[in-house]
Amino acid sequence: MHPFDFVRAEAIPKALEAHAGRTDVAYLAGGTTLVDLMKLNVMTPASVVDITALAEPALKRIVETSDGGLRIGALVSNSALAHHAIVRERYPVLSQALLAGATVQIRNMATVGGNLLQRTRCYYFRDTATPCNKREPGSGCAAIGGYNRLHAIVGGSDHCVAAHPSDMCVAMAALDAVVRIRGVRAERTVPFTDLHTLPGEHPDIETVLEPGELITSVDLPPLAFARRSRYLKVRDRASYAFALISVAAALDVENGTIRAARVALGGVGTKPWRLPDTERALANQPATDATYRTVAQGALSDAKPLQFNAFKVDLARRAIVKTLRAVGAMT
Amino acid sequence: MSMNRRTFLESVAAASAPLVIGVELTRVATTPLTPVALIVNGTSRRFEIDPRVTLLDALREHAGLTGTKKGCDHGQCGACTVHVNGQRVLSCLTLAMQVDGKRVTTIEGLSAAAGELHPMQRAFIAHDGFQCGYCTPGQIMSAVALLHEPCGPGDDDVRECMSGNICRCGAYPNIVAAIQSVRKA
Repeated sequence: MHPFDFVRAEAIPKALEAHAGRTDVAYLAGGTTLVDLMKLNVMTPASVVDITALAEPALKRIVETSDGGLRIGALVSNSALAHHAIVRERYPVLSQALLAGATVQIRNMATVGGNLLQRTRCYYFRDTATPCNKREPGSGCAAIGGYNRLHAIVGGSDHCVAAHPSDMCVAMAALDAVVRIRGVRAERTVPFTDLHTLPGEHPDIETVLEPGELITSVDLPPLAFARRSRYLKVRDRASYAFALISVAAALDVENGTIRAARVALGGVGTKPWRLPDTERALANQPATDATYRTVAQGALSDAKPLQFNAFKVDLARRAIVKTLRAVGAMT
Repeated sequence: MSMNRRTFLESVAAASAPLVIGVELTRVATTPLTPVALIVNGTSRRFEIDPRVTLLDALREHAGLTGTKKGCDHGQCGACTVHVNGQRVLSCLTLAMQVDGKRVTTIEGLSAAAGELHPMQRAFIAHDGFQCGYCTPGQIMSAVALLHEPCGPGDDDVRECMSGNICRCGAYPNIVAAIQSVRKA
């Protein structure tokens, strides 16, 4: 680990001031991404600003908003969010997604804000001996011509095909969450699906956050049919493994007809992958197996499979069918 | 300090240092040491450490509490599991500086009184829940925390809730049995 200065911030303005928008400073919350990558010398901040002691109470709270939605403080732990009664009842896909990720110990440490910003598990990114445009812009991508079984089939570029690893993010993308951000000058909000950027020619840039900006909360809009939702994760092990494929889906069904749908995928994209075409194809269709199969078959037509991950296309379609079937069967 | 394997080896190394001839050690600039205060197993301990020191290394190297083990040092095995403010976490991915003023419980701090074992420790013995013993402190710390976490009643639920602790000896069936015996007691 490279040496760094450690600063503990006791309030948001102090944190913003300590960071000062410098590119060699990192905020530290749960540490499950940052400390791991610092040990690998993949991340080498000169200064670490500990934000776990920020005093603003809203950062660690989950509160109902006046419009019937939910405001989730950025420092809420993954386990606290997963087990929250309102989340389990009104947004079960989010609870299931969180519980599908990592382990109890990691979920106790990891924060909501940190989960949004977690880095890829691409082993070439994590190994400083191999070329990686995300870690060192311009050095090349070892995954494109390498062992890319776990990598993305959509959203990639000639510079990077690293998959986004989060489960929570897939559910939040499906729920159209809104991310609140505080900077030195102002507060702003970003729709969830706009938070993460595609790698393009600059895979080292992963979000629309400016250096130094702090995520303060994630807001879930009220969505009555979100009660009828599910998260399905397909992976090599029964637990504690990242997704090969995952699906977050919600269906608004009345009298056997789908009025509206939300579908998002994990494991396939360089960012959490919402499927607006699939959602449109489901609308006004009968909530039947035939519908799910037809619609799933049309998904991922733009996928660009790599040498070792072509299986993801069919696996994703089957997973979509299985998830929609499970959601359709909910009462 | 009482004599154990670690203190013996340290004393041997110290005694043999004068025999190393003609070696010049270059002093390398290091980060200034920073004070931190941890409350470990009920006792306040102060250290002066490099900010890079993890809670795991602070416990093992600075506090001399070697019950917590370093398995992978990357948060993937669970051998380093301790409790911070009552919650189970991975000490290898926690910087000691972050735990300033917080309550840390290690395997050494589980028993209520000297010589007495925690019911979970007794259960691991009764059900033969370990072979080499290296993962065992982490397993027990996780298992004790599980008792007050939401976890379904079945063996599969326990397996899922314990999935962050691996055991290369494969003592899993007996670990699950030990945990269930305490839960059902």
